[in-house]
This record gives sequence, C-alpha cells and structure tokens, in this order.
Amino acid sequence: MAQKAIREYDAKSILARHWDKYFPDFTYSYETVLVQNGAELKEAAKENAWLNEKTLVAKPDMLFGKRGKNGLVLFKDQKPGDVTLEKAASWIDEKCSEKQEVYFSFDGDTPQGEPSVDMLTHFIVEPFTPHSQEEEYYISATCVGDEDMLYMSAEGGMEVEEGWDEKVTEVAFKITDTEEEIAQKIRANIPADVAEGDKENFAKFAIGFFKAYRELNFAYLEINPFVLQGNKVELLDMVAKLDDTAGFMMASEWGDIEYPTSFGMEEKSPEVLAVEEADAKTGASLKLTLLKPEARIWTMVAGGGASVVYADTIADMAGIDDLANYGEYSGGPTTGETKFYAETIFDLMTREPDPQGRGKVLIIGGAIANFTDVAKTFTGIIQAFENYQDKLKAVDTKIYVRRGGPNYEKGLKDIKEAADRMGLYIEVYGPETHVTDIVRMALEK
Amino acid sequence: MSKLFTKDTQAIFWNNNKTAIQRMLDYDYTIKREKPSVAAIVAPTSSNKFEKFFYGADEIMIPLYKSTAEAKAAQPQADVLLNFASFRTAYNVTMEALEIGGFKTIMITAEGIPERLARTMNAKARSLGVTVIGPATVGAISPGAFKIANIGGTIDNIINSKLHRAGSCGLVTRSGGLFNELSNIIAINADGIAEGVAIGGDRFVGSVFIDNLLRMEANPDVKYMILLGEVGGTEEYKVIEAVKSGKITKPIIAWCIGTIAKYYDSGVQFGHAGASANGEMETAEYKNNAMREAGIHVPETFNDLPAKIKEVYESLNLAPIPEPEINIVPKVRRPKQFICTISDDRGEEATYAGFPISSVATPDTGKGIGDVISLLWFKKQYPKWATDFIETVIKTVADHGPAVSGAHNAKVTARAGKSVVESLVTGLLTIGPRFGGAIDGAAKYFKYADDNNLSPKEFLGYMKKQGIPIPGIGHRIKSLKNPDLRVTGLMNYAAEHFPSTPLLDYARTVEALTTSKKENLILNVDGTIGILMVDMWRALGYSEEEIDEFIESGTLNAFFIVGRSIGFIGHVLDEKRLAMPMYRHPMDDILYDVQKAEKI
Repeated sequence: MAQKAIREYDAKSILARHWDKYFPDFTYSYETVLVQNGAELKEAAKENAWLNEKTLVAKPDMLFGKRGKNGLVLFKDQKPGDVTLEKAASWIDEKCSEKQEVYFSFDGDTPQGEPSVDMLTHFIVEPFTPHSQEEEYYISATCVGDEDMLYMSAEGGMEVEEGWDEKVTEVAFKITDTEEEIAQKIRANIPADVAEGDKENFAKFAIGFFKAYRELNFAYLEINPFVLQGNKVELLDMVAKLDDTAGFMMASEWGDIEYPTSFGMEEKSPEVLAVEEADAKTGASLKLTLLKPEARIWTMVAGGGASVVYADTIADMAGIDDLANYGEYSGGPTTGETKFYAETIFDLMTREPDPQGRGKVLIIGGAIANFTDVAKTFTGIIQAFENYQDKLKAVDTKIYVRRGGPNYEKGLKDIKEAADRMGLYIEVYGPETHVTDIVRMALEK
Repeated sequence: MSKLFTKDTQAIFWNNNKTAIQRMLDYDYTIKREKPSVAAIVAPTSSNKFEKFFYGADEIMIPLYKSTAEAKAAQPQADVLLNFASFRTAYNVTMEALEIGGFKTIMITAEGIPERLARTMNAKARSLGVTVIGPATVGAISPGAFKIANIGGTIDNIINSKLHRAGSCGLVTRSGGLFNELSNIIAINADGIAEGVAIGGDRFVGSVFIDNLLRMEANPDVKYMILLGEVGGTEEYKVIEAVKSGKITKPIIAWCIGTIAKYYDSGVQFGHAGASANGEMETAEYKNNAMREAGIHVPETFNDLPAKIKEVYESLNLAPIPEPEINIVPKVRRPKQFICTISDDRGEEATYAGFPISSVATPDTGKGIGDVISLLWFKKQYPKWATDFIETVIKTVADHGPAVSGAHNAKVTARAGKSVVESLVTGLLTIGPRFGGAIDGAAKYFKYADDNNLSPKEFLGYMKKQGIPIPGIGHRIKSLKNPDLRVTGLMNYAAEHFPSTPLLDYARTVEALTTSKKENLILNVDGTIGILMVDMWRALGYSEEEIDEFIESGTLNAFFIVGRSIGFIGHVLDEKRLAMPMYRHPMDDILYDVQKAEKI
C-alpha cells in the first residue's frame, strides 16, 4: 500500500525540519518529545529544559484519533494546565502498564461499536499552550480522485468534525497548478469566519502548508487544531500519511521514519514478517496475510489479480470462515523463494487438524502467467512437499492445482508425479479449466 | 484514432529487456509483420550499437541508442515508447519523451512510482493527447498487429488464446495476469479479442477504463467489450455514465473482483495498490450492482463470467473469423557468432554490398577501385567525383621511396629470406603515429579546430598546449615557393570537383600563419589528404558524429595502408628480383656507448 500513516511526532518533526522553507513568516517552537514510558520522559527532560520549566500535555501517539473523548489526553491534574513532569511521567506509566480500551467512533460523547483493546506504547508530550477558542483553526490536505483538496476552517478541534459541511471551506487543485495559481485559489477561499486580523497570516500559513503537503509527498496532512498568535504558530494535533513510494527520493527530507501498525491491530506473526522480509529482498512479489489460521482452506496463488478472484470465489462458495489466508506470489520468483513461501504456508496449515475433523484444502492456483516460469516455481513447491509430506498427510490435505503460462505442461506434470509418488492427494488442471473452478471441485468433495 | 495500434506500428523500447523484446519479435514473425515492432532500443549504459534478436530462425539487429532523443531522431516513425525503466527513473523517461514529442502512446511498466510524479506525468500526457498505458502494467495488444512486451505470455499461449489475429471483443482489465486469463476465456467462449489493454494496478494510472472503452466504441472491429474492474476507486462509474448517456452503445460485460474485501477491515490489502475501498461506493459488490442496474452484463460471480461471455457473444450472431496462416517460430535456434553486413557469397554470385562482383569488376562497368572501396568500406555508392578522389589518394600515397622506415623494414625482412606477406606486414606494422599517422591526426585536429571555431592563432595556441606539432603541417624541403606537386594535384582536383571544401579552406588560413613563421611549414600531402577526406564526407552528407567515428576507427589510416601496400610489395619484389643477401648493419654506423652496470 502506497499510503502509510506516521506518528504525530514524526509529522511535526518533518514540518519542523523544513519550517523556514514553508513558513518563513512564522515561528514554531517544536517542543515535542516521543517516549514509551515515564522514565524515558524524565531522561528526555535532561536535554529538553522546557519539560521541567513548563506545564505539559501528554497523549498516546499511535495513529488513532478521538483521544480526548477516549479520556487519553492528560492536560490537567487539579485544573487545566497544571501538569508537571512528575505527573506526566506517572500518568504515562499508569496508561502503559495495562491494556486500554479505545473507541474509534463516537456519537456525541457516546462511544459506538466495539472498542479495540491493546497496549499503549508511544506517547507524545508537549507544553500546555494557553489559548482562546478563537485562535484555533483547522487545516488539512489530501488527494481525492485526480485532484488535491485543501480543507480550511475557522474552527478547530472537535467542532469542525461535527459540523464539517457548514464549517469547512474546500479548495480543489489540479496536479498541474502552478504555485501562483495555488496561492491565488487559497487567498480567494479563506474561510469568512477567520478573524479579520488573522486573515493575512492564515492565508500565508495555508499556502505554506499546502506547499509542504505537495513537495514533501504527504498523502494526507491534517492539523486540528493549529493556533495562530500573531506570527507564532502552535501545532496542537496532527495526523499524517506519507506516500511511501516516494521514500527513495525523500530520504533526507523525511529523516528516519517508522510506519507503526495501528492500535488494536494484531501483531504480525513471525511467519508474515519473514515473508515481508523475503519480499523486500527480491524483485518478485511475495505477500501473505493470515485471516483465520485455524480455518481449513489455504491458498497459494500466483498473481495479484488471480489471488483476489480465488479469495472472492472461496468467500462466495464456502464463506470466509473457512478461508485461512490471503496472499500471492508473482513476478517470476526463484525456485528457492517459491519453496520458502510454500513451506511457510505448509507449516502454518499443518499445525492443527481441523476442529470439525474435516480434511484441509490447499489451493495452488494461478492464472495464465505472462512470464513467470511455471515449472521453475513448481519445482520450489515440490521441494516443499518433500519436507512437509508427512505433516500434510497428517491433516488430511487435498491439493488442487490450476495454472497456465510458460512451461506449464512440465510444471503440472512434475507436481502431479511428485505428489503421487509421495502419496499426497492431488488434482491438477491447466488453462482449459476455468481459473477458479478448482474451488468448486474442492468444495464438492 | 480509433485503433491503438496497427500492423505498421513500431516502438522504441526503453531498456534492453532482451526476453520481452524477443517475445515481441516472435509475435511479429508469427503474424507475418513486415517490419519488426521494435525499431530501436534505448540502453543508456551500453556501448553496443545494436542487439541481435531472432526473427524466425534468422537473426536481425535492432539499433541501440544512449538516449530516447537519439533513438527518436533516428527512428522518427516509431510512435510508441515502451518505458521499462525502474520506478526510480520511469517518471523522468516519460517526461523526457513527452518533451521530445512524436509519441502517440507511452506504456510504463514500473510499479510504485511516487503518486505525485505519476499524477504529474499522466496529466501532462493527457494534455498533449498522448495515451499512457500503466504504470504497473503488462501492456496492451492489438491481435494480429502489435503486441507490447510480455502481454499474452508465450507464443503457444498466444495462439491458444487466439491473440495472433483480431477477434471481436474489446478487453480492458486492471490486472495483467488476469488479462491473459480473460483472453483465454474469450477464446474458448467467443472469437478472441480485437484490442486489449491492461491499464495497470497502481492507484494513479494514465488511461483509465473509460478512455479505452470510448476508443473501442469507435473501433469498428470491436463488437462488444469486457471490463474487468477491481475493488477501490470510482472509475467504473464513468463507464456507467457513458452507457446511460448513450456514448457507449456496444454491449459491455463487466465484473469487479475483490468482493471479499467487504468482510475485512481496511488493514487487509487485497491485490493491487489501487485496490482499496474508501467508502461503500468503491466496494466491488456496490460497483457490480450499479453496473448491472445500468444494463451492463454482470455475472453472478467471477466463476459465471465464461457463461456470460458465451451468452452475449452468441446473441450477437457474428460471422466466424477466418483463421489466418501463421509462421511457426522454430523451437531450436542458434545465435550466430559472426555478423557480416558488407558482402554475401550465398547466392549465384558473390556480392559487394548487394552488387554482384561482375557488375563492378570489368572496365566496361565503368567502376574502379574507388567504387569497390565505397561499397565494401562504407556500404554506399559514392558519386564519381568521390571514387575518383579515393583513387587519387591511393595512387598518391603508393610509395615514397626506399628510405622511409616502412619500406626499409620491408626490404630488410625480404633480404632475411622471408615471404612477400611476411615482408609486407613488417612494413605495414611500421605505420602508426609517426609514420603515415599524420593523415588521421590532421583530420582529427583540423576538424576539432574548425568545429570549435578556433581562429588559426587560437588553433596554434591549442596545439602548443597539447604539446604536439600540428599533424599535416611541415615538409623536409618543400615550401610555398617550391610546392609539393602531389599536394597541388590534390588541391586542384578538389577545387574542380568537390561541391565545397570548407575544412581545406580553413586549413589554408592556418597554413598562411605557419608559413609566415617558417617557410617549410606548409600543408603537406598527409595533411591535405586527411582534410580533404573530411570535406568529401561532409559533401556526401555524413553527420559530424559519423565523420568523427570514421576518424576514431582509423578509416583514414586505412587509405594509407592500402595505397602504401602497393609500394611495399614493389620493394619486396625488388629485393627478391635482385636476390639481395642478408642485410647486416655496418658497425661503424652505430655509436657504442655501453657503461658497466652499477650495483644498487
């Protein structure tokens, strides 16, 4: 996926690094730290004097919003704006010591749906900034269809999200718009409710913001709210996604960027991580997602498009409760890479027998390849059979193969002979059989 | 333009991707194209000038260029760019091609081009009316006319899927792998495709479904269309709009894959980067329903797609398409070790650059040795003034007496009892920077000075800085007052027969300056030959680069070698005739000054 969410702390760091280029008329103190526990915060205070000198705000920095409504923003001890370093450190330690419930959607202040439950591991700590409601503004930018959109509002914080249609001004930009055209459009669309005295500064800030969004290859950038106090800007809350395909040309602009998994997302299994690592090292493509590892139908499908139609067909015919994984291998992987990928799947699918006592199904599917050598990749699968034949038999695996493309006759013949020799149940089909028809065959058995 | 490609379409292939190019040429051979579909290859880091490929059992050469600009200048008829650069450089390659102009279609294979760059390049192409296929695609095909790179897979699969001749379906897919699959399904259930495009899997691709379907609507060969979409994006709605508004009237069969995505949260990425639904409208199910409601033929599931295709195809009652004759690509092919582009001895009579030897050999043909040289060295028929000049040069340099070092060596060797060929090569091996090399040197340096508009004074200063005397200037005894009649002869011939002599004119201004310093610093015979050769090539229409290449490869020296061989052989035969004994140099002609070696 090209668009990846980054931490608020990293988003602020990127803007701070290029502040003078995009916001030469403004100052931003960039007083912010990212810590994992109270001790780290106290350690950070040795280098950042403001942590001792100012009162603080602390909140989790883990890609989810609605932190205020979830009660996860610390800005008061007894009264707003009195949080000391000591208090912030102890609050962080308390919040990260056990799993927390987080709701992603609210109706008013009432949480909706089921909460996600997970550990809080990263916190952002900043100075408490006293300001009036009038000084809070909203700005964000993203791409919709073929155009870039800039959203601006004279009201920041939660109000803007709840009254989006009335309170937000939208401006659309073509990718080919020049800097002059952009500046002109923004100036012509400054929300009417922005305080008269702030209008010029708001425009300058918005122009710089949009330029930074474009030039630094953000896919999404939101500051809600930012506070304008003359030429002083505070970025109170930020959300950002980067277009990670631009990483190769943004190395120095972005600095060291981490793409964390979302809160409540299951940690990736070691097998999935190993496939990701192998994928990063090869020009071919190896992808694996575990959907329900105890389910009985496993797929090993070649090709991004074909893998989707197999998943669709299994969901249609068997329902998703029987589908264990989604994944694909493509782009001409070597025999060794294919063997590794096959063994990873065989290992996962043979750990436990089906709880209902049914046999397991292995779909080795694929469309008619353009250039991947079928015999070569099947040699890798056959080698994996050699190592896992007993385990595959132990969970009563039935194997269904369908493939076409360069050297497919040899590939199909080899895999059939190998499976027969090892005593594995196998059915093998070529391009004359409809690509997903083996799913129907497997389910009719 | 209702057709993407025709049987005359030629492409420039950016990146020397030999397998993919060979696949294109195998396709060309199979469908009996007249010209190869790849006219040129851009290979920025290669120093080769061509790459060999099979065309059937034979081999052909496809020229290699260092840049798109050079390739386009040399092959202006090639209006398709197949951009096989990596995701790092694909953007630059596309933008450069758009600057150069003259491309109708640009196909981009790289996956994961930064989104902002992809959008910029797609927008620019669109504003210029250039069709972009991709990024992240396997390409497109017009069966029976032109096929991009690997699309369609192997030749066997292409024939099985009837991609070797035009059928009646227009096919548009996102996925490249499923493109092949669909072609196969269409071949089994209908009569094959007329034109097919895999638009690419990235979020931002150049031409989208509607662009391709509208072109196919206008293409009389296309009788119905098949659209294979994907979860994510809203492009299918543009197609629905076109159907509702009557812009598209041909039947469309469509299906969006990724119906499974609705069961999982957005954390699971099914398929391509572009395949991720933002909101209900972008789900596969919603799009399938919307298309069905608009009157597009949408099957119940992907598994039912073949039956739907059969049903729609049969309802159209189309006339069967005759199967054309095809060439069969041989299974076993051996690359040739050597290439010959100048002569051929395989026919009735051996030829020099296409001319039977008998047509240039006897006097009644009116051809001389200059003609033979122009055919075998330059593969061109030079006009008479040029072939006469070549002969004049050869005659002029044939000999310069027994005392020059080359002739001397040949004589000494002959007297040692060696054969004609051994004695001759001893003399020839002497030719180099000091003996005979002034022809090369004069051409090189005078051309450099002229190309860079150096005044004679600046030229002298330049040569002084290089630390070499000007090649082609100076004679042992001759001067302006006592001219070398060989030089006079050459110059008179040039003045009378050459269309113009710009380099010689320049050299004369240099000579005026050098002779003002010293009488005998005249333009000598070597210099005159080298300089006039450049003028000859210029008048014959060669580019400056081509002339520089002649100089670099030693072509000028070759005239001296051929001419002087006549003289050397004369000296060798002279020695044989006189039966001269072994030569030993008189000791009194050698200064002996041998010191005892010191210990170190």
